[in-house]
Amino acid sequence: MKELTCTLCPRGCRLYVDENNGFAVTGNACPRGAEYGRTECENPVRTVTSTVRVLSKTHPRCPVKTDRPIPRAQVTDAVAALRNITLCPPVRLRQIVLENVCGTGANFIATRSL
Amino acid sequence: MHDLIVIGAGPAGLAAALAAREAGLEKILIVERDAEPGGILNQCIHNGFGIEYFKEELTGPEYAERFISDLSKTDIELMTDTMALRVTGNTVHALSAKGGYRVLPAKSVILAMGCRERARGSVALPGDRPSGILTAGTAQRYVNIEGLAVGKRVVVLGSGDIGLIMARRMTLEGAKVLACVELMPYSGGLNRNIVQCLNDYDIPLYLSHTVTGIRGKKRLTGVTVSRVDDCFHPVPGTEIDFFCDTLLLSVGLIPENELTRAAGIKMDPRTRGAVVYENNETSLPGVFACGNVLHVHDIADLVTVESQRAGRAAARYVLHGKTPDSSVVSVQYGEGLVYALPQKIRIKIADDVTTVYFRVNRIFCSGTVHVYGLCGEIASFKRTHMAPGEMQRIKLSRELLQKSGGEITVSAKEADA
Repeated sequence: MKELTCTLCPRGCRLYVDENNGFAVTGNACPRGAEYGRTECENPVRTVTSTVRVLSKTHPRCPVKTDRPIPRAQVTDAVAALRNITLCPPVRLRQIVLENVCGTGANFIATRSL
Repeated sequence: MHDLIVIGAGPAGLAAALAAREAGLEKILIVERDAEPGGILNQCIHNGFGIEYFKEELTGPEYAERFISDLSKTDIELMTDTMALRVTGNTVHALSAKGGYRVLPAKSVILAMGCRERARGSVALPGDRPSGILTAGTAQRYVNIEGLAVGKRVVVLGSGDIGLIMARRMTLEGAKVLACVELMPYSGGLNRNIVQCLNDYDIPLYLSHTVTGIRGKKRLTGVTVSRVDDCFHPVPGTEIDFFCDTLLLSVGLIPENELTRAAGIKMDPRTRGAVVYENNETSLPGVFACGNVLHVHDIADLVTVESQRAGRAAARYVLHGKTPDSSVVSVQYGEGLVYALPQKIRIKIADDVTTVYFRVNRIFCSGTVHVYGLCGEIASFKRTHMAPGEMQRIKLSRELLQKSGGEITVSAKEADA
């Protein structure tokens, strides 16, 4: 039995997920909570945000994000993969900064223009 | 002479200026002290912005860029690297290295200066005064904008959203975040941030705890954390020592109202912002306030909506003249509330439905919001969950307000109480 907090609304239900019983969820006040509890246990995903180096005096960093959520277990490796990247201005909004991050199929894209 | 001068080019100032333009104002100027527009959004690189307003999830810089891009398609003038020093009913005094000291006449002014963080001095932390103690927002700027490392072993005091976000950010940047310490028995941040910033990285949250000792000569070497009792007094014997080089403070935000106070505008001690009418007009006719300078918001989306209202109101003021001050309903905060806003509603000129924003002073599991007029209750609203960290809204129709007798009091109670 796994215990977690639902993040879909401010109410924050305490969910109990039974991994041995087809990820059955209890403690949820609405059906969306059951779906959340199941996904969080089966395959939790996160959109990752970070920054990369830019060759610029006024803006030494450019913010980036993954263009889709990636498995939570790969978040740390995904951020580490950005360490060797340096951008040269101009940077376009949504420009791809790193393709297929850690084999997830997601790309890191710039979240501002520089 | 400008039709409108907006002070601040953060989310509030940008939305206000664009709305005023759309409502027909010609000569609009935004005064911004930073080198570029966007305000605090520029350093909030995490996502979660825009869900309510754009119906899609954006990062802070993306949210800002939508408005900056709209701004660039207009002839709204943006004066960066410029500090507004003084505001009167019809002028703004501004200072910049390029332009010197200028007195800029304006038909209307929108105050959109935002807020600043409470720092060490506001929370009376005991102990040494080494380096390594900084607000979460300062650390956020160092890491996200300037690309500097802040520290290797970190304790976060306060569980506000910026503190939680920075706990995750520092972890991903290779630091070890040892603890997040919160004085109250509940977190001040959103559930989502507790889960995705602390739980995801196994960072312990100490509720009903505070920092009672700080050690270090030049650089911070450690802090002591103690449990507190119901009166927030540290309990002897509960001390935990952490060896750390960084203490981040996420202990609240204060609207930045020096200009407002100096202009003689009436203030609300509860919001620490101006007292405003339903259209965000302050006690000084033609001067409006919106965004975090008015009251601290949880999400940028609500700042946008509020600021657009202020922008339209400034346009109406300039194009159609002073607002008649008749049939005013005053809004009071009652039992269970910290504040309610707007503080005054002019029924005749208000929209058909007025939204009243408020914060509760404790957690309500199954609450009811009661609205009382001078002759008893005129409306009630059920809310399944209310917490101090989440701004609440109720909508009141003109008919309802007309029944109030000139004053309403908003209260919150537990449904079964």
